[in-house]
Amino acid sequence: MSTVDLDALVKRSYQHGFVTDIESDTVAPGLDEDVVRLISRKKREPQFLLDWRLKALRHWYGMREPHWAQLRYEPIDYAAISYYSAPKRKGDAPKSLADVDPKLLATYDRLGVPLHERARLAGVAVDAVFDSVSVATTFKDKLAAAGVVFCPFSEAVQRHPALIEQYLGTVVPYTDNFYATLNSAVFTDGSFVYVPRGVRCPMELSTYFRINAANTGQFERTLIIADAGSYVSYLEGCTAPMRDENQLHAAVVELIALDDAQIKYSTVQNWYPGDEQGRGGIFNFVTKRGECRGRNARISWTQVETGSAITWKYPSCILRGENSIGEFYSVATTNHYQQADTGTKMIHIGANTRSTIISKGISAGHGQNAYRGLVKIMPSATRARNFTQCDSLLMNEHCGAHTFPYLEVRNSSAIVEHEASTSRISEEQLFYCRQRGISSEDAVNMIVSGFCRSVFKELPMEFAVEAQNLLAVSLEGAVG
Amino acid sequence: MSGTRDTAAVSTPAAALLEVRDLHVRVGGQAVLKGVSLSVRAGEVHALMGPNGSGKSTLAFVLAGRPGYEITSGSASFEGRDLLTLAPEDRARAGLFLGFQYPVEIPGVNNAYLLKAALNAARRERGLTELDAFEFLSLVRAKTQLMHIDESFLGRAVNEGFSGGEKKRNEILQMLVLEPKLALLDETDSGLDIDAMRIVANGINSLRAADRSIVLVTHYQRLLEYVVPDFVHVLAGGRILRSGDRSLALELERRGYDWISGQAAA
Repeated sequence: MSTVDLDALVKRSYQHGFVTDIESDTVAPGLDEDVVRLISRKKREPQFLLDWRLKALRHWYGMREPHWAQLRYEPIDYAAISYYSAPKRKGDAPKSLADVDPKLLATYDRLGVPLHERARLAGVAVDAVFDSVSVATTFKDKLAAAGVVFCPFSEAVQRHPALIEQYLGTVVPYTDNFYATLNSAVFTDGSFVYVPRGVRCPMELSTYFRINAANTGQFERTLIIADAGSYVSYLEGCTAPMRDENQLHAAVVELIALDDAQIKYSTVQNWYPGDEQGRGGIFNFVTKRGECRGRNARISWTQVETGSAITWKYPSCILRGENSIGEFYSVATTNHYQQADTGTKMIHIGANTRSTIISKGISAGHGQNAYRGLVKIMPSATRARNFTQCDSLLMNEHCGAHTFPYLEVRNSSAIVEHEASTSRISEEQLFYCRQRGISSEDAVNMIVSGFCRSVFKELPMEFAVEAQNLLAVSLEGAVG
Repeated sequence: MSGTRDTAAVSTPAAALLEVRDLHVRVGGQAVLKGVSLSVRAGEVHALMGPNGSGKSTLAFVLAGRPGYEITSGSASFEGRDLLTLAPEDRARAGLFLGFQYPVEIPGVNNAYLLKAALNAARRERGLTELDAFEFLSLVRAKTQLMHIDESFLGRAVNEGFSGGEKKRNEILQMLVLEPKLALLDETDSGLDIDAMRIVANGINSLRAADRSIVLVTHYQRLLEYVVPDFVHVLAGGRILRSGDRSLALELERRGYDWISGQAAA
């Protein structure tokens, strides 16, 4: 199936699957204090959370949308968005896989999506997905035995309000930036994870199993706390094309790692990228930040970004604890008219803190890909070290790659290294592979995967295989 | 393998494996091959010699299907099929192998991975089952020993950080694994010391067979001491000026290319 077919299909599915019924719970477009109060009331939130939302909203009124990124798009009308909508009625969803467009199923097949997962992705009503429910239940039992809390954010607000009050907004304050502030005011749901002291989370936590939160909406809020000496690996997203009717997405993810704790956060993002002219794709303005709050803490971000029309995303690490480590491994692809401005910030505060940044940008079609990274060494960060490597791969002469590395060093004992390269898929490499009997499509995939290898090897095994397939699909037809 | 052999035997056994007729090729508007004809039958080893810029590498690339060459007239067939209309990968799967003069580096792509993909593409073409990782490894292991290549070599990225000699030995290793019907080896001897030359020559000789042909593209007759050709051709100025047996290479070595070019001009 060509990319064109797929795009058309995905687009059609949006229109088909999400006919909005006017329900009493859906608020009129626009944002004011009443809307925020309504959201908070619907979620039966404690007072502190409502107060926090309101502070964010009042702050947001005084903010302007940032325009420093290497991105071009039509202005977003924030007054035209409806900020609260009750979960969709299941009656609208396909009853089973038999009701789903066979082309979409063919795509899942190519991506190697497990059978039990396909139904969920295709938007089949959740209670029809028996496999997935039973798997998720076993999963929950195991986590409970280990004492790990993993639930929808709204559930955590009810069951663990003290943890929420203690940690929410401590890494990304409600004043942080335009999108994060908006999110703080109106977020509807997301994920919450708490790993107790000394516990090694017995399995990878995947958003896939968070079935209770099927409709997290466009303003997602995630909070992960790894208590002293604990370890957790969290997988966000999915390689198969995700359907969503909202164009604007502004999620916030906060990670907190205490003494000797480690958080590994992996993302595969494949939101609808728009059609060949770049129309209708998702705008993804995400704030992701982790803080190594304790000594010897470690936070790793690994992301594979293939979707969205616009990606504005800088998963960052605040390295406060002594000897703490921050890592950022990224593959970002842009095809057709996709634009990505993505990178990271590594803020070194503690002594002997170390950070590694590996960024691989792949541009195809008319895609524009920018790496934007800040490495900041504070005066207190004695003997801090950073290594940055940014490589760009261009598939043709219409696409673009841009690199904006910012560096602020305020401690002379720091060692900071930066390497960058831009290359093209060479005719010579392609011919070499084809001369060995490998088709040009397979050859491109092989060369691109090779280019991304240092990032893929950071992904959990199964995810890495999926990511590789996904890359192949999203770059299909990129080289003639 | 045996299936294809039988089919070949049923068709005309005396027919050439590779038949190039009056081939004219331009590169960037410039005529580089000006009427090359060459006939290679199964089992034969041909040496194609000539000075720099004579069109030797162009001929090898055109036969392998590299884009960027304009074929203005002439033909080339492989086992009776029109070679020039086939995609490069289809020529490779049909059994045509090009040993590159300058093998390209492909960062991050595992050497064994590429080779396994190549072998399985060829096996699919021949109607054979694909080899899994274990079967593949045991097949390759024996060949690496013959080429004096350490096994760790397989785990490295394709040609990345290989020395000149390692790249050439890797080309021959690939050839040994793929077992082509026709091997075009473009200056496989250049940049090799005498030990590496012997290893490479052993590799090539190990593949000599009644149903396989080899075309050695070379400047010097040094390699021909180890891989003795049945025919020697001298290419200069885009034409084959002279063909003969092994003694032609020796004469060339003694008298230099000016001898031939001078004769042609006369």
